[in-house]
Amino acid sequence: MIRTAAWLALGLLVAAPLAIVLGMGFGSVAPGVPPVRWPIGAEGWQGSLEAWSLLFADGYYLDAFLRALRLAALTATLCLVIGFGMALGIASARPERQLLLLALVLLPFWTGFVLRLSAWVGLLRDSGWINTVLLSLGLIEAPLALLYTEGAMLAGMVHGYLPFAVLPLYATLARRDPALEEAAADLGASPFTVFRTVTLPLAAPAAAAAFLLVFIPAAGEVVIPELLGAPDSILIGRAIWAEFFQTRDWPAAAALATALLAVLLLPVALYQRLARR
Amino acid sequence: MALENLSLSVAAGEFVALLGGSGSGKSTLLRVVAGFERPDAGRVVLNGRDITQAPPPARDVAMMFQSYALFPHMSVRENIAYGLRRAGAEPRAIAARVAELVALLRLEGLEARRPAQLSGGQQQRVALARALARRPALLLLDEPLAALDAGLRERTGLELRALQRRTGASFVMVTHDQSEALALADRVALLEGGRIAQVAPPRELYDRPATRGVARFLGAANILEAGGPIPLAPETPAPAYALRPERIALVAEAPPVNGVRAVVEEVAFRGADALLLARPAGGEALRVVLPAGAALPERGAQIALAWEAAALAPLAA
Repeated sequence: MIRTAAWLALGLLVAAPLAIVLGMGFGSVAPGVPPVRWPIGAEGWQGSLEAWSLLFADGYYLDAFLRALRLAALTATLCLVIGFGMALGIASARPERQLLLLALVLLPFWTGFVLRLSAWVGLLRDSGWINTVLLSLGLIEAPLALLYTEGAMLAGMVHGYLPFAVLPLYATLARRDPALEEAAADLGASPFTVFRTVTLPLAAPAAAAAFLLVFIPAAGEVVIPELLGAPDSILIGRAIWAEFFQTRDWPAAAALATALLAVLLLPVALYQRLARR
Repeated sequence: MALENLSLSVAAGEFVALLGGSGSGKSTLLRVVAGFERPDAGRVVLNGRDITQAPPPARDVAMMFQSYALFPHMSVRENIAYGLRRAGAEPRAIAARVAELVALLRLEGLEARRPAQLSGGQQQRVALARALARRPALLLLDEPLAALDAGLRERTGLELRALQRRTGASFVMVTHDQSEALALADRVALLEGGRIAQVAPPRELYDRPATRGVARFLGAANILEAGGPIPLAPETPAPAYALRPERIALVAEAPPVNGVRAVVEEVAFRGADALLLARPAGGEALRVVLPAGAALPERGAQIALAWEAAALAPLAA
């Protein structure tokens, strides 16, 4: 009963939309709702590979892909490094404190997503907090261009995705056996060597999971680059959005979305292998 | 658990057991010596050097943990070599020392295994090998036999003592098991409420417990109060006496002192000997151990018991 329901839900909510998107990628633009001529119609096969050839036609989409993967990798790396420190700190705190500290990590996560991004805009824009303070202190003559830069985008990404990294790391680090680290110190290891040879290797699977949990959703992120990033630096998420809503070339958008999914299947498969261990 | 006003010295090559119940402070004492806890007052001195403030890596002391604390992501070989590598030994010297320890602790053929692929006894030997690798002047053992099956415990204990003699290192072992402490150690320190109640060789501790607490912890001994219902004539006057159950004899007629008439409450044949619980009029039941082959009285029978004056071990408190 539950199995049937699960398969039904999986079919309706995952397989069917996926099949529609995949099929749309082989269609062509046509007036109507949706604005697509499906590849299989009354006259049999009428599909085209035009949308797919777009992917390789010029460097535009390839660049968008690479930029998005680079941003995702950078975000995931920063989240991993910052998150590891935070998770280790929380896991080493007194037990009654740990819940409070975890709540502090999650608290911003529960506030509105757009609200948090607006806060970054308020901090970084020309008349924002940072520039106002620097100007009034006489440290700068003209406002610094902080908003709509790579740095602003990265800050927003790391801020938004940090809890995804902290939680799996905390779960692993909180369960670690303190006797192992004591044994290492007892055998002559300095605190840094204890960390390098015992704490870190034992947390490696959790660290890989944390990296992937940030990397996978970050690669397709649309809103943060849109609100904080440079307007001329197009990421794949933005490119898909533009094809859907601006050019209304749904087959191209579908092809790009399918390609992004295919690219992300590799880290997803990697994550599943790690999670099983 | 706090320690209080505690002083203990361990000679080179000596095997000392810290015996006590939970909360007696025995594990805290071990952790203070290892350097995991700093005492508020007092000193820890090793071979004439004050190491009270030295962090664990700077102490010539190694600890074997109750859980063994083997590194799960390293092989047996890497576990044993861990301390040698931290000391910056040459790879060839490390390999030679590891091979030596593998042979000493009969771990041949297991060098490449991970701890999870070993039996409990093998894990225990790897933990020992790892702790001994750097030839520490002092080895601390936290309940080294507690995680083993009962059948393996006795043999492993004797191996532990042989190992201690062979390495010449001082061993300090924490245990809550009195028979383990008495069987293995040169001296036993009995801890009670963060203090040492008595330090003595096993035989002396067993025969001459210093206090009621020690006598009670070692179990089995009867505690007789001076001025109690049983008339006593001891060699040395004391507020109370410990009387070992095997020092009590079954006699035809109870003597006026150092003897009593009692009713048999329970008889238990134990193979090598038999245990009687006999209650004198107005007193607590006495434990009496009779040798195998002695005629055993029936339950409820009236018997007479007697003991020598020398059997009454005076208790200070």
